[in-house]
Amino acid sequence: MQTTTVVVGAGHCGLTMSRCLADRSIDHVVLERGEVASSWRTKRWDSLRLLTPNWMTRLPGGYAYRGDDPDGYLTAQGVARLIDDYARDTAAPVLTGTTITAVHPASEGYVVRTDQNTWHARTVVLASGACAVPVVPAFADQVPAGVVSVTPDQYRNPAALPSGGVLVVGASATGVQLAEELQRSGRQVTVAVGEHVRVPRRYRGRDIFWWLDATGVLDERAEEMDDLVRARHLPSMQLVGADRTVDLNSLQALGVRVVGKLAGICDGHAQFSGSLRNVCALADLKLARLLDTIDAYAGGVGERPAPTEVADVPLGIDLRRGEIRSVVWATGIKADFSWVDVPVFDARGRLKHDGGVTPWPGLYVIGLPLLRRRRSTFIDGAAADAADLAAHLAAHLDRLASASAS
Amino acid sequence: MTTTTQAHADNGVNVEALIGVRDMLPENPDIAKFQWRSTTLWVHGTHSRSDVETFFGFGEEQQHHTTFSHEVDHPEQFAAQDKGITPVEYVLVALGGCLTAGVAAVAQQRQIQLRSVKATLTAEMDLHGILGADPDVRNGFSGVNVSYQIDADATPEEIKALVAQSQKRSAVYDLMTNPTSVTVDVT
Repeated sequence: MQTTTVVVGAGHCGLTMSRCLADRSIDHVVLERGEVASSWRTKRWDSLRLLTPNWMTRLPGGYAYRGDDPDGYLTAQGVARLIDDYARDTAAPVLTGTTITAVHPASEGYVVRTDQNTWHARTVVLASGACAVPVVPAFADQVPAGVVSVTPDQYRNPAALPSGGVLVVGASATGVQLAEELQRSGRQVTVAVGEHVRVPRRYRGRDIFWWLDATGVLDERAEEMDDLVRARHLPSMQLVGADRTVDLNSLQALGVRVVGKLAGICDGHAQFSGSLRNVCALADLKLARLLDTIDAYAGGVGERPAPTEVADVPLGIDLRRGEIRSVVWATGIKADFSWVDVPVFDARGRLKHDGGVTPWPGLYVIGLPLLRRRRSTFIDGAAADAADLAAHLAAHLDRLASASAS
Repeated sequence: MTTTTQAHADNGVNVEALIGVRDMLPENPDIAKFQWRSTTLWVHGTHSRSDVETFFGFGEEQQHHTTFSHEVDHPEQFAAQDKGITPVEYVLVALGGCLTAGVAAVAQQRQIQLRSVKATLTAEMDLHGILGADPDVRNGFSGVNVSYQIDADATPEEIKALVAQSQKRSAVYDLMTNPTSVTVDVT
């Protein structure tokens, strides 16, 4: 099979890319291993809602949330429906149920092997998502037998876990949400906290994303970052898709026990870092700088959240003692490009790209955190990123065409 | 927001060189692999002497400009001769030195001129542990406190951020707050 561009993945990024390619009359196909918006249907827990408010769910072509709750937060099913509608309305050329097994460079572009057909394409856009495989520390397999161990893509609701204590490892968006939900289910939750990003849900009467949007923070570009590697690896903000703030103070008020980062498991003992005070101080300082930015934009000063409470905490728990019955690894999630057989990876196996343009001509990636700007991390960022990458891709096709003509 | 008056901060840290190394890492990750070394010779009683001379890093054998020698002993209150500070005090020396180097480097990077920096370190320890008198008491410190007094061209918030960042990037802070695998053998 022959096409100009293969887009891998029919989530919001792949479909946005498809729309931008269609606008330029670039022949393409969107290959999707499941159905449209697959991960939103199959890999999210029941209570999950988008962290961004509905009004920020904007896709190109004037497509946006049209319901009566612009300040609400979409459920995972709601996101899946929205993406489905978008696929239908844009008549995107999606082939579902097509799993890619390998992408190789070829003399005139790429060979894309799938479990169905083999495709030949001048260009390939990887839009398979930043959230493909959970990341767990190497010592995760040291959890003693008898203690249940789950990653968030397997977790649906508290009923999935045994009764009794839960150790939630990680305190970014996923960790704080699951810690809250599990504590409310009657289980004693201990949350192990490393570096984290604390933000209030609302500040000075507006959603935090309203401020990030209005102040231009979301439009800060990747090339403007002092430290892009760090900015791209920043943990997700401590947020829940609801009209309440969830942070270490709110969790402790519910009875959650806060301990340091899980540093290792030795002979069944979970060992927590003594750095808890510092990671909380860092998060509070960073929060204060963000709120200073907002105040500088708005004038005046808003009411500041209280500093994070840090009690004297244990440096270890014996996981064999029965106090902890399950461990939830909210330790991150990453893209899976293991099927990309193109030399575009650095020594540590990370995909090299400059704003989504990989070093191998004609291979692009979209939908990674801070791909081109801070907004890239969110659904709302796909439109501008796809437009930029489609322009780059079109120029690349023009160069190929003029090279073969001369 | 803070750079108007300290455009030429100079704390004597060559930040460009450090950033230059970091920029080389993506293509040359092996240059980051270091090995630190020290040899300890028993002298007499609890007195020993630890020498530090060579290390490995940036892909080759390296050398300090001289051999640094450290006397290690225990005070007279322990019926020893006090020829040097105790091993646990060296740990405080290491932590204070590491965090303070970090404060200077981060201040340099952030163009903050330092005028004086003083860290006071204290560590609590219960001798029941090392004397084997109570199995519930650990041998090591039960807690460590570091208190900084810093005079610099910066706001109190910026100074707090310097100290927080230096902890985040400190090897010794990491060593003291997280477990480390230690192998001891006899040859």
